Amino acid sequence: MSALNRREFVAAGVAAGAGLVVGFYLPHAGRSKREVFSPNAYLRITPDNKITIVVARSEMGQGVRTALPMILAEELEADWKLIEIEQAGASTLYGDQTTGGSASVRTTWDPMRKAGAAAREMLVSSAALTWGVPRSACAAQEGGIIHSVTKRRFSYGELAAKAATLPIPTDVPLKQAKDYKIVGQRLARVDTPAKVKGEAVFGIDFRMPGMKYAVLSRCPTIGGKLVSFDDKESKKISGVSYVGKISDAAVAVVADSVWSAMEGRRLLNVSWDEGPNKDLNSAAVMESLKQATAKKGASLYAVGDVSKASGRRITATYLLPFMAHAPMEPGNCTADFHGASSELWAPTQVPQDCRDSVAQAVGLDPDQVKVNVTLMGGGFGRRLEHDYAVEAALVSKAAQVPVKVLWTREDDMRFSTYRPASLHQLSAVLDGAGWPVAFTHRIIAPSISGQKGQPGPNGLDPDLPDEAAFIYSVPNVSLEYVLAETPVPLGWMRSVYALQAGFAGESFIDELAAAAGKDPLEYRLHMLAQNQDIQYFTTTWHTARMRGVLQLAAEKAEWGKPLPAGRFRGIACFGCFSSYMAEVVEISMENDAPRVHRVVAALDCGLLVNPGIVEQQIPGGIVYALGNALRAKITIEKGRVVQGNFDDYAPLRLGETPAVEVYAVPSAESPTGIGEPSVPPLAPALCNAIFAATRRRIRALPILS
Amino acid sequence: MADFTLRVNGNEKKVDVSPETPLLWVLRDTLELTGTKFGCGAGLCGACTVHAEGAAIRSCSTPVSQVAGKNITTIEGLGASGLHVLQQAWIAEEVPQCGYCQTGQIMSAAALLAKTPNPSDEQITQAMNGNLCRCGTYERIRKAILRAAAAGGAR
Repeated sequence: MSALNRREFVAAGVAAGAGLVVGFYLPHAGRSKREVFSPNAYLRITPDNKITIVVARSEMGQGVRTALPMILAEELEADWKLIEIEQAGASTLYGDQTTGGSASVRTTWDPMRKAGAAAREMLVSSAALTWGVPRSACAAQEGGIIHSVTKRRFSYGELAAKAATLPIPTDVPLKQAKDYKIVGQRLARVDTPAKVKGEAVFGIDFRMPGMKYAVLSRCPTIGGKLVSFDDKESKKISGVSYVGKISDAAVAVVADSVWSAMEGRRLLNVSWDEGPNKDLNSAAVMESLKQATAKKGASLYAVGDVSKASGRRITATYLLPFMAHAPMEPGNCTADFHGASSELWAPTQVPQDCRDSVAQAVGLDPDQVKVNVTLMGGGFGRRLEHDYAVEAALVSKAAQVPVKVLWTREDDMRFSTYRPASLHQLSAVLDGAGWPVAFTHRIIAPSISGQKGQPGPNGLDPDLPDEAAFIYSVPNVSLEYVLAETPVPLGWMRSVYALQAGFAGESFIDELAAAAGKDPLEYRLHMLAQNQDIQYFTTTWHTARMRGVLQLAAEKAEWGKPLPAGRFRGIACFGCFSSYMAEVVEISMENDAPRVHRVVAALDCGLLVNPGIVEQQIPGGIVYALGNALRAKITIEKGRVVQGNFDDYAPLRLGETPAVEVYAVPSAESPTGIGEPSVPPLAPALCNAIFAATRRRIRALPILS
Repeated sequence: MADFTLRVNGNEKKVDVSPETPLLWVLRDTLELTGTKFGCGAGLCGACTVHAEGAAIRSCSTPVSQVAGKNITTIEGLGASGLHVLQQAWIAEEVPQCGYCQTGQIMSAAALLAKTPNPSDEQITQAMNGNLCRCGTYERIRKAILRAAAAGGAR
């Protein structure tokens, strides 16, 4: 720690009143010059022995409010029962608070451990100084420091004031995994009781005195604009207090209840300029993807020279549609515009983006906008957008009242940002024995970040480095990304491009195995037989770890054992967000449609911080992926999204849900992602099972289209 | 606008709303009982499930005029004397992820167990198929219902 960091630390300690405050203040190349320093972790211990761990990522069901504090509490040697959790809002103190990319645990693992360990060492020193005994005779244990000779004990609270005066140690020892008492335990999630009692406050549930409700009438065509509106009928609805244009393409109706606002919107007479996309339809979008195949792409990964390989050539084209996240809680945000002290209550994965975009939209500085983060009724990437936050702030400013903007389900379905449609050209060259000597995968898709004005370097989409690795030993490989354009709004949806890359790649591997007359498991294991490190952008993938999950899944699913008549299996594996995943799907065919009975999932995500949460996330991703594989498809007609609700965009229901078994490869490696990696292997494993059952190869999703 | 008297969780409440207002918004906006959730507004997802005279109904598609005078139970009133056995089972099975749909799930399950104390797998599927969960907690929902049934879940 530098002297400057030290000063920040002391200042933070004083600001909090009394007691020990630990954060690590690292130089941060932030989005504004105001953010000179930012900590990776935060802990507050007060003299009354209240120990508060601040969670600076958003809880959307993935368990961060439990998992992240467990990491810090482990190094702190805290008594878990006494820990209180506090949700951070948008801040300059926590670095990038974006919750996405299955990154919360993997990117805070080191900083949370170091923050806990530093605090522990300072508490040990405080006790040693107070007792006048050597540090070596003092040990941290269950929320206190024990003097080994006399067995005297101080609680952390009793040492807080003293510890706050000590310098932060620069090089703290971290615990060995074998000594963990909290990390690795199946601890109950802290948020469960409130959620089953109906007491949990999601964004939609937050309310404040004087708050009104708003729904927006948005231009139904992509890129269209408002011409005029007549609110005479709307204002006849009792409770409607304000109707006004809030953007080029939206009119807000504000009322004293959601229902009145909805009724007011229903009676609003609006005239739209349908804009440049009024004739856009799904066929044209798919045609533009096909046309983009002629373009030269950007290389994602290349070894050897695929053009020089000779042998039997096999090619295939795969196609994926737009999809919508459709979280259970529709978009919403509460805003109280008060000039320089404006405030938001947002169910958001991006509190800092909410702050910055709202500030810009309403003409404030970012530090004049306070963003509180509420619980989220699902995220799946939809809440990486902050459109609803900007809307809420604009409506509150215009109507001059605190306002909750609420999206209906139809709003959410039709004005969302969508998983990009994509086209995949695959080709392989097999040697005389049927093993691949060359593998080529061209991903033709629009760029999510590119559409938002943040393209990656050299024509790449910046997400692909986490989501499209090819983790097999093949002598000649070429992975290429071809940028396509679309006016359809794009967003990051659970596993992002890994779903597309995994579906196309792993289905095609199955095609190769079939062409070679080999078992699909054996075929994959052959390509993973050598221990090889595969460097794909910044991640080093290991064939041994992929082999490990494949073998584990195959063993648990009894891959080699014949199934009862009418049952069939498929297998697939994929690596993304630094985790390895293999799935075996067992189906029967009923009326030409697959019925999934069982999914065996094996993963290697390094050390499990909380196995109970992993066992929630993996089946969760599988159910999400299964519903999507079977039915999810957003289509465009006359410039509009066709689907509107859960009848024409139908997620998986309880009666269709298979038994899911989850097995983790024991590992001491640092933890990696768990929220998304179970998504990509599901669709290819399912389609490979359908091939096993029917000899019919599914090369376009959804399956039941 | 008109006056309606509702009996919610055993308490009489007078509300002044238009007759076609869905019960959901009366519960959430007027009575401030936000444990009942909005998911689809069309009776397709079950997040808004409450009981009217013990039967599960979708409050998003039930006009308040239809339930005036009836006994309505919401998640807030389900475990009037402590946690309902289903809520205990939901905690024991660690069912919720995001948790948004779970109050509706529990209300559907409670109506099932009140009528069918020991439901078969098929009866659980029938009773619960109208409740969506995007986090994919369905297997645990089934387990929690079976656990509650084993513990005498009709209470």
